[in-house]
Amino acid sequence: MIGLGLPRGFLITLKNFVRPPVTEQYPDRHVGLLGAAKEAGMNPVHFLFKRPGDSIKAIAGLATVPVAVTQSSRFRGNEFTFYEDRCTACASCAKYCPLGIIEIASVPGQIDAQEGESYKLEVFDIDIGRCMFCGLCVEACPYDALHMGTDFERSKYVRDELVITKEELFAAPKRPSAFYRPQFEEKRFDPFQETIDDYHNAGRHERPSDEELKRKWVDER
Amino acid sequence: MAVKTQPVTVNLGPQHPSTHGVFRMRVMFDGEEIVDVEPVFGYLHRGSEKLAEERTYTQIVTLTDRMDYVSSMLNNQAYILAVEKLAGIEPSPRGVWLRMIAGELQRIASHLVATGFLLQDLGALGTPLIYSMRERENILDLFEMLCGARITNSYLRPGGVFMDAPGEFWPALDRGLDDIVRSIDDLETYLSGNEIVFSRTKGTAVLPQELLINASITGPMLRASGVDWDLRHRAPYDYYDRISFERKLHTASDNYARYWVRVQEARESVNIIRQCIDQIEPGPVRPSFDDVPRLIRPPSGDAYAAIEGSKGELGFYLVSDGGIAPYRMHVRSSSLINLTLLRDMLIGGQFGDLFVTFGSVDLNMGEVDR
Amino acid sequence: MPEAFLDNSLWRNIYCVLAGDSSTCAARDYSSGFFPAGMEWLAFLVSAAIIIFLIVNAVLGGVIVLIWGERRLFGRFQSRTGPNRWGPFGTLTSVADAVKTMFKEDLVPAEADKILFNLAPVLIAAPALTVFAIIPWGVGTYVADLNIGVLFIMAITSLTTLSVLTAAWSSANRIAILSALRSVALLISYEIPMALALVGVIMLAGSMSLGDIIAAQGIPFIIVQPLAFFVFFIAAMAEMARAPFDLTEAESELAAGYLNDYASMKFGLFFLAEFMAEISTAAIVTTLFLSGWKGFDPIPSHFWFGAKLIFVLFVIIWFRMTLPRLRVDQVLKFAWKGLFELTMINIIVTAVLLAILPNPSTSELWIMAAINWPVAIISIWGVSKLLGTAPYSHPQPDPNAPSYPVGSESIPTDAVLGAEPSNAANQAPQAQQEGGN
Ligand code: SF4
Ligand code: SF4
Repeated sequence: MIGLGLPRGFLITLKNFVRPPVTEQYPDRHVGLLGAAKEAGMNPVHFLFKRPGDSIKAIAGLATVPVAVTQSSRFRGNEFTFYEDRCTACASCAKYCPLGIIEIASVPGQIDAQEGESYKLEVFDIDIGRCMFCGLCVEACPYDALHMGTDFERSKYVRDELVITKEELFAAPKRPSAFYRPQFEEKRFDPFQETIDDYHNAGRHERPSDEELKRKWVDER
Repeated sequence: MAVKTQPVTVNLGPQHPSTHGVFRMRVMFDGEEIVDVEPVFGYLHRGSEKLAEERTYTQIVTLTDRMDYVSSMLNNQAYILAVEKLAGIEPSPRGVWLRMIAGELQRIASHLVATGFLLQDLGALGTPLIYSMRERENILDLFEMLCGARITNSYLRPGGVFMDAPGEFWPALDRGLDDIVRSIDDLETYLSGNEIVFSRTKGTAVLPQELLINASITGPMLRASGVDWDLRHRAPYDYYDRISFERKLHTASDNYARYWVRVQEARESVNIIRQCIDQIEPGPVRPSFDDVPRLIRPPSGDAYAAIEGSKGELGFYLVSDGGIAPYRMHVRSSSLINLTLLRDMLIGGQFGDLFVTFGSVDLNMGEVDR
Repeated sequence: MPEAFLDNSLWRNIYCVLAGDSSTCAARDYSSGFFPAGMEWLAFLVSAAIIIFLIVNAVLGGVIVLIWGERRLFGRFQSRTGPNRWGPFGTLTSVADAVKTMFKEDLVPAEADKILFNLAPVLIAAPALTVFAIIPWGVGTYVADLNIGVLFIMAITSLTTLSVLTAAWSSANRIAILSALRSVALLISYEIPMALALVGVIMLAGSMSLGDIIAAQGIPFIIVQPLAFFVFFIAAMAEMARAPFDLTEAESELAAGYLNDYASMKFGLFFLAEFMAEISTAAIVTTLFLSGWKGFDPIPSHFWFGAKLIFVLFVIIWFRMTLPRLRVDQVLKFAWKGLFELTMINIIVTAVLLAILPNPSTSELWIMAAINWPVAIISIWGVSKLLGTAPYSHPQPDPNAPSYPVGSESIPTDAVLGAEPSNAANQAPQAQQEGGN
């Protein structure tokens, strides 16, 4: 029963013992003196004398530094990014969602209310608690108004709070994921570092300007 | 004096740590020997097939992810092939290559999980499991680059995939393949020569070839008994006819053979992916929406398409009545059919081998119960 | 105070401080004691209580540190970090776990035999602690140096199985009973090679007292008695029910075996006993085979003992992390057909060597080592050949096997079967027998 196989197994485990762990710590990482000094941007000796308190903490293994998320920019996160100016309230997203969890109500909007050419969003709720982040709604959106988000921390104590409303979507930081949005990848946009606040930069298909809409739908008629 | 003994019935599961999901077995023991086994499943039934009748063809892709959740790409692939056959869609070449690469990566990941859990069941306290999970993690990172999700990918669409691979995917894939080969080497050094693994798996739960064929077992389980049956070779789908790969067979048909075939297949998958990388051509990854609209309405009729999944033949049978959703969807899930031989494998064996044998079938309860 | 205790610095210091200048401490200058003359017996009892308190707390503290250290090492072996959140480097993790364990609900199954169910955790913790009575932690630091020390260890450690059986029986759980039966089988099988492995050591030292065995180790006995060490280490792992012999707990088969129905601090006591057994085993291995507290002079003996202990613990953890579990029948086969033979070889070789070189000096010990190592390697190799299974030869698929494009209607059945259709079926019964024994 004892042959060469077992010792080789022991060597493999020992090899893994000495290699650095692969664990990614989140949301912060415990660091030693060197790591803490690097985080503070000083060299370790300098750090030791300048900030003795922090150094002792670091040597005792109590110092932490926040970790940056390393994820693909296509990551389908659960904070949807939504540009209200691009949305025409076409409700493609609601129709395309396999679970039917997007609720849209619209009223005739800005330009010609009677004819209903442009619609205004009244309700735009996404029930994140049931969402499976498949991204089909994003894929369906013809005007690139809806994007997958890149955050993933939305734990709540009450289920009802998991419904994102229109206002929340408007107010949320705009970190759109590159999922189904090749234009972000072409621009090398990194949602984990920067935001896109101007909706003009967020799509392939421009929503026609109000003037153009007016010309097309009112003047030309 | 003969000692009077009495068999005991023990209920294992559904919340037992090594039932690979929620599965229950009522096992009758005589000492350490298994006298009778009664499998009870259905704890993870979510009615996917029924739900599919309410979804459009594209939306069903998200359901297939959740059937066998350790090889969702392959589920996607089987389903999409059935849809393409049903609706007569001509897929885009680049999309096909991409889904082959994704599928083979998923096969490696699935085999790694199977091997890791086999060792976990052997009682290795998580070390090899974590090693194989670590490698799987790299594959999942690649998936995240491709489609933004790690487990429930939903990457495939009728006619191809939804988005081309990003630029950084290809170098990462090259690195990843080298890593995978290295880690499979490590895993094999750790295992194939390991006397304990060997003595525990050799000659346990032997299944005769005829029985396997009669029970329509497929996949590594069948190949471990020496039957050269691999749909990628026997009935090539996608572009597998342009790929040459070695089929790995074993004749012992015991737990060791099943493990061995899986590890070798994972190695072969690396070769297949390398060939795909060589042959992939630029172009669109899915047909335009004029050819394949978002809402597909296939003509009335039915279609069955099967692929060589990580666990065996994975087939989807779709019936259309001309509407936007299938009239009926049925999944030929390899896990369920491979599970049917459980009693033949277990009865007469030892308790210590029960979960090893169970693990060597490489089940996924999500696929068994659907 | 009995004279024998005066060699023991731990006892002497505590007792003499308490008892003042009584007759036994006259040689030393202890100016005043807490107890008046004539009350020596009370001083003796109080110093015993103090020593027990010290040792028990040292051991429990050691367990807390060991749990943390083991989890950190597990982490590193598995490419993880291990617990690192609570306290510096995660050192407070086990404290937090202990607090959590204590505050959990104490469940007793309705069917359980309440008295035995409550007794079992005490029964397992007490012997695990008792072993520490005879372990010499350093020069003159021990509770007692029994002249039958080795026998004492064997006797006390085997009590564990009794409590496992009690726990399993009283919790009226079938899985637990299976686990307890395995535990008994393990004990019966491994007690014998373990005892026989120690025979070689006892013969060399000429005594069963741990103090004498340490004194006899001019060079550590691991070098002189490699075979005995090999067998003893494996048997001790089996006695502890640690991987690869963790059949009683067998997480992936029996869930937790006999621990299934225990919760809260009762579970905590089992857990504690398991780790105490680990420390005591490591301490015994250190004492018997690694020359205990012996080392170079400037470094104190306690440090040597601690360093060797930690090293042995590391090896135990390494074993645990690397090896898969053996099946019950294989474990028993390994004990009776493998280890038993090895111990016999060891005893015979040692006896012959001792007949030639009675009362060996250090240089003569080296000669013995030179003879013992080849014997050990050859016999281990031979036994592994006897027990091992032959490897497979891997078949190749038929390269000309036809393929059937999608849509072809009929697939001939002869193409489905492999080149040798009934080969596997013929092998099957034979292989089944092999696997079953
Ligand atoms: S991500 Fe999927 S489930 Fe979530 S809202 Fe969009 S379509 Fe619906
Ligand atoms: S988010 Fe897009 S799909 Fe949804 S209503 Fe607005 S424009 Fe239409």
